[in-house]
Amino acid sequence: MSATARVFFVGGVISYRALFNWINPGTYLTTMLGAPLFQILFFTYLGRYAGSQDDDFFIVGNAIQVSAQAGIYGMTMGIANERQYGTLQPLLATPANRLAMFSGRALPFIANGLIVSTFGFCVAWLFLDFSPAPDSIPPLAVAVVITTCSCVALGMVIGSIGLRARDVFFGANLVYFLMLLVCGVNIANEDLPNWLGAIGRCLPLTHGIEAAREIVAGSSLADVSGLLATEALIGLLYATAAYTLFRVFEAEGRRRASLETY
Amino acid sequence: MGWLFHMKTLTNSLFFVLVSVLQPVIFASIAFFMVDTGSQSGTLLYVSLGAGLMGVWSATLFGSGGAIQWQRWQGTLELMVGAPPPFVAVLLPLTVATATLGLYSILATLIWGRIFFGAPLDFAHPFQLAIALPTTILSLGMLGLLLASTFVLYRHANAFSNLLEYPVWLITGLLVPLSLLPGWVGPLAWILSPTWGMRAIRDAAFGGNAWPEIALCAALGIVYVLLGALALRNFERLARDRATLSLT
Repeated sequence: MSATARVFFVGGVISYRALFNWINPGTYLTTMLGAPLFQILFFTYLGRYAGSQDDDFFIVGNAIQVSAQAGIYGMTMGIANERQYGTLQPLLATPANRLAMFSGRALPFIANGLIVSTFGFCVAWLFLDFSPAPDSIPPLAVAVVITTCSCVALGMVIGSIGLRARDVFFGANLVYFLMLLVCGVNIANEDLPNWLGAIGRCLPLTHGIEAAREIVAGSSLADVSGLLATEALIGLLYATAAYTLFRVFEAEGRRRASLETY
Repeated sequence: MGWLFHMKTLTNSLFFVLVSVLQPVIFASIAFFMVDTGSQSGTLLYVSLGAGLMGVWSATLFGSGGAIQWQRWQGTLELMVGAPPPFVAVLLPLTVATATLGLYSILATLIWGRIFFGAPLDFAHPFQLAIALPTTILSLGMLGLLLASTFVLYRHANAFSNLLEYPVWLITGLLVPLSLLPGWVGPLAWILSPTWGMRAIRDAAFGGNAWPEIALCAALGIVYVLLGALALRNFERLARDRATLSLT
């Protein structure tokens, strides 16, 4: 394995194990699986009460959005906590390839996001009679993978800002909740005021969720390829912005000797 | 004094601004849009009040659970437990303060609903509402005490807080009527004061008799304090025995 690949794969896993050493099975079950389960139930029942859409609309929207638990919160911590734990300076003192170091730490959160989303769909099948056609499951999985990656990219942006900002978790929480409002999770994008819908269309999740809903309704992967390509492109743009911010804040932190100051 | 101190501390926290103002406003907006595009009519005030009380619960839950955890991280939990007054007397003002912070939620969702969604602010029985609101908030603060007492024992209390937010929103009928939920949820809802607090507030707002629900809410609050004091004494003893009080 080349040094760059080792930094990407092994470094990503080790950074996750180091920064999340406080995670135990109880914490994981309650936070990463329990909370998403009840989020899906809450919005599906609220949807039934409001009568705005059918169950599948809320199930698909929320089962994909819950991947943001890992994508936004986890990824933010995966970068910003290096500063909080005092490990940022030694990390940046290494000659390791920055792109591999930075992107490698997204891997555990993509995997986590996929686990959470899969769990969300499974509980919806178990408790809410969610039953997509068997042949729609592979394309649905593709949509979930692309959307989760794109969501993690947004988390990387927030995490990078955390290398400079004092309270980045406020931003992470705010983004997570705003996604419930503007990304078509619980309200169709066209039902939002134009300006709010436009914000949603610039964020990850929106196009991916729309694609997933169409797949569940019977569309093929080819039918939604445009939506998924847009989702992937948005993710790529956020990932590029995140890496740029990371390098800018690294250079700025070195120049001003302020890498770990608050 | 304890209540005032904790109120001042909490209002300085950006996290609590998020939980008690921004989050309820976002959830209220989601519900407003859903109701607006759905088949329910005349429910905007219903949504404002429900989303506001959701904020009260979040503030109580994260405040009470988080308070123990923060004291633990800052190394002050042992000092609080070791102080001469009973620990329950030290903790109760804190949990009531977190619930009081939730008043911001109710005000925020009412004002937000009025300005941006045209939600009416016509309350049928303002006097009953003026009694129902503080009773509900006090009762939630006391429920927070019961929660906090169990959190003394567990090192990962904040993870438990994350789990409890949505289920209580759901089963206490803050936005979704209990009649839509499975029948076994009913008895669970009855032992939670937000259920009765919400009913009292809605009766006062829409023109029912809120007094029985206010009385039930207050009675549950007293039960929570008694149970909380009992649990606190036991959990405090266990935490001392196991030397887990300061473990993070």
